[in-house]
Order: sequence, then structure tokens, then C-alpha cells
Amino acid sequence: MGKTYTLTSGATVAFLAGIGVAVAGNAPGVTDTEIKIGNTNPYSGPASVYSTIGKSISACFAEVNDTGGINGRKINFITYDDGYSPPKTKEQIRKLVEKDKVALTFQTLGTPTNSAIHRYMNKKKVPHLFVATGATKWGQPDKFPWTMGFQPNYQTIGRIFGNYILQNHPKSKVAVLFQNDDYGKDYVIGVKDAMGDQYAKMVVKEESYEVTDPTVASQIISLKNSGADVLVNISIPKFAAQAIKKMDAIGWKPVHLLNDVAATIKATYTPAGLDKSKGILSVTYLKDPNDPEWANDPEIKAWRAFMTKYYPKGDRANAFNVYGWAVCSLMIDVLERAGDNLSRDNIMKMAASFKKFRVRGTLPGIVANTGPADFYPVEQMQMVRFDGKGNVRFGPIISAETSSE
Amino acid sequence: MTASTLPDSGANAGSARRPNPEESLRIFGMSMQQFRRSSVIVGLLIILLLPFTVEDFAVFQMTQVIYLSIAVLGLNLLTGFNGQFSLGHSAFMALGAYTAGIMMAQWEIAYYWTIIPAGVICFAAGFLFGLPALRLEGLYLALATFALATATPQLLKYEHFEPWTGGVQGLDLFKDDSPIAFLSNDQWWYYFSLFFGVLLFIGAWNLVRGRTGRAMIAIRDNPIAASTMGINTSVYKATTFGVSGFYCGVAGALSAIVVEFIAPESFTIIHAILLLIAMVIGGLASIPAAIIGGAFILYMPNFSEAVVDAFFAGDPSSKALVWVSFGVVMIIVVYIMPMGVAGFIRWNVQKLARRG
Repeated sequence: MGKTYTLTSGATVAFLAGIGVAVAGNAPGVTDTEIKIGNTNPYSGPASVYSTIGKSISACFAEVNDTGGINGRKINFITYDDGYSPPKTKEQIRKLVEKDKVALTFQTLGTPTNSAIHRYMNKKKVPHLFVATGATKWGQPDKFPWTMGFQPNYQTIGRIFGNYILQNHPKSKVAVLFQNDDYGKDYVIGVKDAMGDQYAKMVVKEESYEVTDPTVASQIISLKNSGADVLVNISIPKFAAQAIKKMDAIGWKPVHLLNDVAATIKATYTPAGLDKSKGILSVTYLKDPNDPEWANDPEIKAWRAFMTKYYPKGDRANAFNVYGWAVCSLMIDVLERAGDNLSRDNIMKMAASFKKFRVRGTLPGIVANTGPADFYPVEQMQMVRFDGKGNVRFGPIISAETSSE
Repeated sequence: MTASTLPDSGANAGSARRPNPEESLRIFGMSMQQFRRSSVIVGLLIILLLPFTVEDFAVFQMTQVIYLSIAVLGLNLLTGFNGQFSLGHSAFMALGAYTAGIMMAQWEIAYYWTIIPAGVICFAAGFLFGLPALRLEGLYLALATFALATATPQLLKYEHFEPWTGGVQGLDLFKDDSPIAFLSNDQWWYYFSLFFGVLLFIGAWNLVRGRTGRAMIAIRDNPIAASTMGINTSVYKATTFGVSGFYCGVAGALSAIVVEFIAPESFTIIHAILLLIAMVIGGLASIPAAIIGGAFILYMPNFSEAVVDAFFAGDPSSKALVWVSFGVVMIIVVYIMPMGVAGFIRWNVQKLARRG
């Protein structure tokens, strides 16, 4: 036993667990031939619409393994259903960490579900990487050095909207529609943050809806009656489509700023009516697979080929499948750069050292940057205007790089 | 249980003067009563020693089974023994969990003081909900409680409650480590939950075997006859609702302490439906069945997922089949064991038993 004590604690765990390790100090779940990665996704339950993200990531690692793995190691991607229920997430994550002995978790999905494991992952010092939620709290390296976000957070996008209104419509009256939960409120915080004192002066009406509401028609009527000429619309596709239809029916044509979550052709603009959706402004960072602009784009072509071969049952019009494929490239790059030093410390170090990494599937010019104090990988977006066919980009790539919050 | 459900009822029917046909049955050389006692003792010993034989993660799962069993037992008291349907028991768990959570997170009260208040508040809530529910029978009561379950997550998000409930963000709960050196944290939480579990199971056992229990069951079987015999049905029904709420409140408080996090999404309508399914699968009007039900809620989705993963390894789309597999297993269970797992076990035990 004396000899065991001289090893690092990580190696002791691996040693006791009987796992053959190539380099002393490699994370549990790492062997000469395999890296175990854990994940939870809502394959059932109220949020199962997101489950295609987990499926497309499984497909992405299948492709990695088919092409030789990463530095000779195959990825064993273990993904469990948590039904979007926080206690179940905690159970499944403990199973992944303590029983399956994964090296790290990747893209665990949902805000309440990740909140339930946030402290556990940091206490256990297991990399909790590129979580699939836009909440703002995932980039706090000082308090939670093992947790890292991925996508631009909702507050950042809210700030982009706030700044746009101040610069382009400084004398307008603003109406705000938002979903009454963490996602909607985070956006509103961002808008308020950017507009400062002007928020109270310019915003004439705020309306919210519950995700369980049947329709937002009454909210739209009330917002129109406020006399607003700018609408900040923070809603998911179903409600965004309803809002667009209702606005057309009652003849209200404000400057319409729609959040990126709903700015998709298939889920929102087509059901609402492409004509009625003309002129809607949004921000985005991903390429929409339905946008004619990307029909011949090499990345989207590569993505289509990937979908055909590895996820043939997946919906090729669903932007979530681009999302899964995009974020997967970050994970691959982290493990490639880590080489044969696959300790949890080194994996975190690699995750925190992206330098202008081009994330496939995102808009041209968007890169991931991280650092010891910056745990927000993608923080760039571009504004788009829907022209009846596709989202036309305008203006510069807006960077909201933060050091830490 | 009536004699007619027993396989050897034909032999008993003519000769037995005593109403209890079990008197003369023997199994493994023991009378039925001895057998039942020794099974309880063996079961308790296994429950007590199990945490030392498995890893911490499995202990954590078993701790969850304990509080889920308490909740299923609470529902079983209401539905199985008293005949009132509820699709809303996730709401009482939520109330209990948030009572404990708010006491711990906002008022910094030690976790062990939160269990009883959570139960008491849920008793009051259950009793008060039970009063108007007296006018509702069967399906209408199920609908009213369904509304309770769907409204609860929304109420927890309500902005004016946010300073206490944490709103959509939920509450992160901190608690002290195991106070006993040789127990790991997970083992400590297991025994902590087990203590309340054993108390509540014994309580339920005494409740249904006494005068109150007979009244509850009489109301279930024939409310008109029960009230004719002088049973105050309204008081009993409302009180049963309260007691059922108490059980779920304690279960909710334990869940908050064990999981260390609560959010509105922890107590959705799906959770309420799972409690109902677990009660039916375990066995209606049976106390030990609640343990089977609790284990069912926790392990069954994992098992279905493992089945799907084993059959469709490598196909990313297969994850959609998890609940199909869940459904198939459920249909099989209901077909093979129409009286629930507990009824199935009892039936087999009686088949094994021979008249001695």
C-alpha cells in the first residue's frame, strides 16, 4: 500500500477500480483504447424536443470512432435519459461518475437539471463541459472551476437587442413579450442591462406568458394597444409563430426583434407564414439548414453527409442537429489537444484554452475563445433580417466577449 | 383478501367455520403468521445491512427508493384503503420539499428540524384540500387533483414567491456531512431516511389495522353502508387526505435533503402519474407494496433504458423507445400480476403453503 500512497489521488482511484491506465494520473474512464464520456438528455418528458441534440452528439462520436477515434482512443459516449427532472439528473450523473466512471460529462442539457449537479460536479472535480443551456451562471471559473458553458448566454443576446434599440430607434416606444421562466427572464435582464435608465422610459408595456398557455393572442393585443412601435419578442417557436400571425391579423407592424431561439424558418416562419414574417430581426450564431444561403455551403454539405450516414432518422431541417454537430467539434478538439495527458486537470486546461477555434456549423467568422477567466466559449453573433426566404445577415459580427461574470 | 381468491378455496369453503382460512396453512414448517413475521425481520435485516455491501451511488439510489416508497404509501392510504383517487400527489411532495428547502436555505434551520414541519404543513394542506374534495367522487376528484399537480410547478415559479422559492432557478441546499465517522455521507442519509420510513410504515400498519382503518376501508367499499353504521365519512375522508398529505410531505422533505436541490421541474405532473402507476404496480391496499412501488419508480426507467440500449446499441434514434419499453413492461406486469407485485407474491406464498 505504501507505493499506492505515493501516486496521485486520481491514480489511486483508478488503481483501486482496476482500470488499466497508460499514464499515471489519467482520468477514470480513460484507457489506451477508450475515453468514456457521460451525458444526460431529456429523451422523455416535457422537454423531449431537445433530445435530438443528444442523438446527434451520439452520431457525431460514432463518426469519430469510425475514422479511428481521437489519438487512437475510441469515444464511449454514455447518454442517459433524465426526463428533464432534476432529481433524476442527479441520480444519472452519479451513476455516470461513480459507477460507469466517465472521464467527464459533456453537453448535459437543461438549466434546472444542470443546476442540480452543478455543485456535485465541482465537489467531485469532474469536468462538466459545454453544458446545453443558455443561462448565464455556467461561466464562473472562480466559484465553479469544473463547469463550462457553450452557447452565447441569454443575457448577452438581450444586451445585443438593447443596444440595437438604443442605436437605431432611440425615440421609440418598446413593448416586451417574454416567457415567464429562467430563459425569458435572463433575456430581459440583458435588455435592461444594455438600456440602463432608458429601459424604464422607453418600455411602455411588458407582457409574459407561461409555457403551458394555449396562446399569446391576448398579450399581443394588449402590447399593440400600448402604442409601442418596437417589439422585443422572447418566445419559443410555437408562441413566436402565434404572435406573428396575430400581429398580422390585427395589423400591428412594429420593428420586431425576435430571439434567436425562435428565429428558425422551419419551426417559426413557415407555420406563421413566410410573408407575414418578412422583416423580422434577430440574432444568430448557427447556420440554419433551411436557409437557401447555405444550400451549397461546404460545412452544411458535410453536415448533411454526416446526417445521412450516422443519423439517418434525424430531421435534416432541425437546427438542433446542427447544434449537436457543432458543439461536438469543441469536445473533439479538447481531447485531441490533450493528447495522452488525459487527466481531468489537463482536460479542463485544454477546455479553457481555445484560441480562435472555428466552430463548424456556426456563421462565418464565429470562433470560440476561452481562458482561465473566460468560461464562455461562443460569444459572437450576427444580426439577421428575414427576407421571406432566408435570414439575411447584416452588420458586423457582434462580439460580447466577457472575461468573467 | 377473501377466501374466494385463494387457489384452495374450494376445499376451505365447506369445512371452515372460522372466517380466516389462513389459520391452518403452513409454509416451510411455519404458520402463516410466523412466516410473515420472519419475512419482515429478514427484510429489515437486509435493509439495514445493504448499505455496507454496495457502493455509495447505489446507497443514494436506495435512499431515493425510501422516500419514494413513503410517498407511494401516502397515496396508497388515500386510494388503496380509502378509495379516493389522486393524480396530484406530486403537489404535496413539492409542498413538503419546499417547506424543508425554504427552512434550510432561507432561514438556515438544520435539516433534521425540517421533516416534521413539512409533514404537518402538508397534513393541513391535505385536510383542507380534502374538505371540498368531499363533494367530488371518482373521476371528478382525479381531475381536481390533476389540476393541483399541473398548477403547482407554475405557482412555485410565481414571481411574488420568488424570494422564498428561488423561482425558476430552484433552491440549492447545503447540509452538513455525516455526523457519524464510520458512515459515509450517503450511508448516513440512507439511515436518516430509513428512520422516518420505518416510523411511517409502522404508523400506517397500525392505522389500517385499527378502528380508523376499518372505517377507511368501509368507506371505500360502500360509503352509504359506512355512514349508515355511524361512520362520519366526511371527517374520515378529509383526515385520510391529510394523513396522505403528511406522508408525501415527509417524502418531499427527504427528497429535498437527499438530492440537495429543488426546482419546480422536480415535481411535474409526470411525477404524480408515476406515483399512481407505482401504487398500482406494487399493489393496492397493501403496505409492503409501497416499497415495491418506490423501487419501481426509480429502477424501472433505468431498466427500460438498459433494455433499449442493449437491443439497439449504436442507433442514436433508439432513445425514443425508452418509454415504449417502459409501457411494454408495464402491460406485461399488469397482465401477469393483476393484483400488483405484492398480490402476486402473496398468491404464490399461499400456493406454496399447505394445510398443516
